[in-house]
Amino acid sequence: MRSWQRFRQSYFFYSFKRDPVALGSFSIFFFLFMVSIFAPLVAPYNTYDTSTYDIMDAELPPSWMDDGEERFLLGTDIQGRDLYSTMIYGLRTSVFIGVGAVLFQAILGIIVGLTAGYLGGRVDSTLMRIADIQFSIPYLIVAIIASAIFQLAFGVGRFEELALPLLIVIIGLSEWPKYARTVRASVLGEKNKEYVEAARVIGLNRRLIMFRHILPNTMTPVLVISTIQVAQAIMSEAALSFLGLGMPVTKPSLGSLIKAGFEYVFSGSWWITFFPGILLVTFTLVIILFGDWLRDVLNPKLYKG
Amino acid sequence: MFAFIVRRIIQAIFVMVIIAGIGFTVQNKLGDPVRDMVGERVSVAEREALRDKLGLNDPFLTQFGRFVRNAVHGDLGISYFHNKPTVDVILSKAPATLELVFGSTVMILVLCFPIGIYTAIKPKTWFSRFVMGSSTIGVAVPVFLTAITLIYIFGVELKWLPSYGRGETVDIWGWDTGLLTADGLLHLILPSISLSSIMLPLYIRLIRSEMMEVLETEYIKFAWAKGLRRYRVWLVHAFKNTLLPVVTVFGVEIGILFAFTLLTETVFQWQGMGFMFLEAVERSDTALLVAYLVVVGVMFVVINTLVDIAYGFINPMVRITGAK
Repeated sequence: MRSWQRFRQSYFFYSFKRDPVALGSFSIFFFLFMVSIFAPLVAPYNTYDTSTYDIMDAELPPSWMDDGEERFLLGTDIQGRDLYSTMIYGLRTSVFIGVGAVLFQAILGIIVGLTAGYLGGRVDSTLMRIADIQFSIPYLIVAIIASAIFQLAFGVGRFEELALPLLIVIIGLSEWPKYARTVRASVLGEKNKEYVEAARVIGLNRRLIMFRHILPNTMTPVLVISTIQVAQAIMSEAALSFLGLGMPVTKPSLGSLIKAGFEYVFSGSWWITFFPGILLVTFTLVIILFGDWLRDVLNPKLYKG
Repeated sequence: MFAFIVRRIIQAIFVMVIIAGIGFTVQNKLGDPVRDMVGERVSVAEREALRDKLGLNDPFLTQFGRFVRNAVHGDLGISYFHNKPTVDVILSKAPATLELVFGSTVMILVLCFPIGIYTAIKPKTWFSRFVMGSSTIGVAVPVFLTAITLIYIFGVELKWLPSYGRGETVDIWGWDTGLLTADGLLHLILPSISLSSIMLPLYIRLIRSEMMEVLETEYIKFAWAKGLRRYRVWLVHAFKNTLLPVVTVFGVEIGILFAFTLLTETVFQWQGMGFMFLEAVERSDTALLVAYLVVVGVMFVVINTLVDIAYGFINPMVRITGAK
């Protein structure tokens, strides 16, 4: 309760209340996030259950159009699934992969950055060289080639079963250097401060100093890049799925819905692409807007790279 | 400086060995050259004999050495589907991708400077506000959505522009170009716009913020005080100093542009390297996939090494931090 009180009186909360962009983007983000978490309760149909939909309902337009049906608010996709429900489940998959991939890359990057920054010397130069080298190749190329290799290794059927955890690993592996660099930069700023020296003097071991004393003080920049990274990861996932290297159409994410709909745009079924596309753009946009605001308010010394 | 260049080259070689190692492992574990050559119908004993003859039962390092030696000589195996050397397949697709990157680079360069400068000079006009707003949204729109929207508007509804393929191409000394025919240029418009849409917002913002910073400096105030004409101050005095950061970023961004050609090529069925790569994945054409990996790897390593060495000449700081 005390900490809630402190939070409410903080400058952070004050400026949040006063900024319409921050307030708006965060509310939309929070709403969509909740919808995706409680998807089974919100969505009218369970699109993972093949018995709930019928191929005869395929490609129905949204309900307000001429051929639309009351049952399907935003129409149906090519397999006859309710588009509205499919989108909610798709958003859930995208959110899950986005957050999972960011957690994965953050853990990897923080460990590397903390070790490199605190130990210094040869460990530092080796680890950061690896990060630099990977950073010089665009993350999308890394992710695309990695998923192509995984798809060959597992075969298409097995890859589709394992797509969710594999995508988290792939996107995580392709973007960890950003965290490593950011964390290292702030560790270098922290490690010569007095509290670290004091901890060293009273004889704490290195791991304790690194993770309990320095790490909490590097969390601000990590928090700031994390919001942008979630948006980035969701977009990477959408790109991979669009290329057919991500989530299969049976367990669609927003990207694979757009991919499935793209082939039908030419025959006039624009809604299968349009609504998931709008949802994807809205979701990433509010995260980016909120992330920008966060960066301005917390104003950490970010590693510009 | 010499030591710095040597160190950078050693690092580049090291990276190449790692990329070759990944490529070799993929080929070795996932592909089957014997199947690629003879199909499934040959008996096990004959296949074993062929494996021996091809040296596929040799120790790992011997095979890897052979892989690297062949790669250096430009031999990265035979594509299972195209039935041609993989390097030839990739080289025949490269012009399409390079022209796409070229087209969108031209588009970015032509648009970003005037718009960036205008929004910096007149930040309050409705056009500037519109540009800044749409560039915020533009960052969040994935390139394939831009591409689909463009196809739907200009290809399907208005029928103004062709929406897939490269159109008519001319062969000039083995370079299959679409830049010299009217049809080819028309086909290039939509893909270039879509591809440039990822970088354009970033560049406009970069130029705008640099320009605004420069306009606050003392020497610009001095230029105003001297009574120079407005356009001279803006375009000669201020603009020149916004160029350096833009040029430094450009080297890196070209690589990102290349990465996004994969998406653009898929949407527009543009017969380039990215399209070929995705087809190779679909057909499990391991040799072609590995060749693509190695070629792209070489490309990025060479570009990055050259850019780093160039920075080393321009900015001595890089040499010093590199030494640590």
